[in-house]
Amino acid sequence: MDETIKLEIRNMTKLYKNGDGVKNINLKVRKGELMTLLGPSGCGKTTILRTIGGFLQCNAGEILIDGKNIVAMPPEKRPTAMVFQSYNLWPHMTVYDNLAFGLKLRKIPKPEIAERIADALKLVKMEGMEKKYPNQMSGGQQQRVAIARSLLLKPEVLLLDEPFSALDAKIRMQMREELRKIQTDLDITVVFVTHDQEEAMALSDVTVVMNKGSVEQIGSPYEIYHHPASRYVADFIGEMNFIEAKLGVHTAIRPENITVRKGPGGDLDGTVRNIMMLGHYTEMIVDTELGLIKAFLSGGEAEEFVRGEAVSLYFSETKEFSE
Amino acid sequence: MSSLSFLGPRHMARTLGRRKFWEVVLLVGFLLVFYGPLLYTLVLAFAGQYTYPDILPKTWSLQWWKYVLKQPALIKSMVYSFEFAICSVLLSLAVCLPAAYVLARYKFTGRRLIMFTFLIGNAFPKIGMYTSMGIIYYKVGLMGTFLGVLLVHMLGSMMQMIWLPAGAFRSVPVQQEEAARDAGAGPLRTFFYVTLPMAWPGIAVACMFAFIGSLGESVGTLMVGLPTYRTMMVEMYGVILDYPATAGAVFSILLIMPNLLLILVMRKYIGADTISKGYKMG
Repeated sequence: MDETIKLEIRNMTKLYKNGDGVKNINLKVRKGELMTLLGPSGCGKTTILRTIGGFLQCNAGEILIDGKNIVAMPPEKRPTAMVFQSYNLWPHMTVYDNLAFGLKLRKIPKPEIAERIADALKLVKMEGMEKKYPNQMSGGQQQRVAIARSLLLKPEVLLLDEPFSALDAKIRMQMREELRKIQTDLDITVVFVTHDQEEAMALSDVTVVMNKGSVEQIGSPYEIYHHPASRYVADFIGEMNFIEAKLGVHTAIRPENITVRKGPGGDLDGTVRNIMMLGHYTEMIVDTELGLIKAFLSGGEAEEFVRGEAVSLYFSETKEFSE
Repeated sequence: MSSLSFLGPRHMARTLGRRKFWEVVLLVGFLLVFYGPLLYTLVLAFAGQYTYPDILPKTWSLQWWKYVLKQPALIKSMVYSFEFAICSVLLSLAVCLPAAYVLARYKFTGRRLIMFTFLIGNAFPKIGMYTSMGIIYYKVGLMGTFLGVLLVHMLGSMMQMIWLPAGAFRSVPVQQEEAARDAGAGPLRTFFYVTLPMAWPGIAVACMFAFIGSLGESVGTLMVGLPTYRTMMVEMYGVILDYPATAGAVFSILLIMPNLLLILVMRKYIGADTISKGYKMG
């Protein structure tokens, strides 16, 4: 990957009148990188995206694209393009007119517009839909057209604000894969906002985990999953058991890092409370003196155990967080 | 006689059922009250020889149409009526649309109060307002002027011209405007290419009401516009007194026609939805 920094946010603060917002945000996105901003609703991820797009004015700090500060520019002057969660397309225009809108403003000759639109529709697998109106298409199709429209603007940075969250699970997965393919093929820089950790894991080169207006951790999905920097990140990403063995110190263990054996003598002993078959793995809840512990077992392993049985738990990878 | 007994109310009541019978009676009564005068006006306007006690005229003719259309004062009044209607709608659009947009999009203190004050204008008896307007008009020299009459007409439709478009603007999702800005359109282009076309149904209905309202305005025009600006509605007073009833019928049909035409053209926009969206304080 190219090491040049495409987008940089320096000490950016945006506070709303009610005191919510984001404080002292520092981010760097390299050229061709896909960065996700991940966090629960209200954590400020959309606020950051909207300040990059120019829809919100930040109170302090700088936003640089290719080293140029864009903070003072209105949205129409910024080299960014945004895909919204919904209501992207203009309902009174056909797909063609929706896509041509920005190109006409850029005074591109008509034959070239038609050519580029055909290419863009092909890219998002929507060939031949030029004459359709938005309300004649499904939600997924509309988002495809919205992505095509943003790509046609040839943005330096593509911004996506939970673009798939209104779609059903299967289409969401499919769109996710296609977006990743388009992004790597075209080598575009993307900032993607989501509250869905699975989506963030699947898509990102870099994930920014956010909490209450500030950044908790920046790292690759692997780093964030295996080396969470704070208890919040450990808790938010994936499944995690927390045990308070010493006062004020919490040991975190992922359910897949627990081995279950019959009888006592493990890192922690207990009795089987419940066994749930969840497809390719089984979830076991074990009642211990330090609380309920969740463990994931492969289907075959779980067969040997019954509810109420005394078991011992062995931890292979733990991490400690002190309060 | 006995063969026609099925027309008797007793028989009808039996065949229709008691409840249905009263429903039909109510409907017929309702239609007569509602459309009777209109139908009579229509008959009257095309009557040739028409004497009491005939229900329909003996002969039909267009003589009263020719008569009315030859009266220069009446023709002039039609021109005035449409001039005022068109000008007041256009001027209202220019003044009220930006106001409606601001009320729809920006949250500022006193917004609800401003919306409410437009309602209050409609709560006063009009004549009182015209009187006080008249006093001001004398002072600033607007009495008997085109602009003076125009302002009276605009005042009548002010509330609709603000509330309905504000409702229409509010129903345009902000993301769609933002998407246009994002694509490279400035605020004005965004308004004319995205916001306005999407809000158009609500605005068109407001314009229609304003247009019809202006055509129907009489009291204010009479007070401010005389003697120069005699619109159709103003002339109507004279026509009722000075001309035969048949001429009056022709004239009132001429008055109704543009309204009817407008409502027909706009019928796909006029819906409970458009109108209720407009009358929300939001």
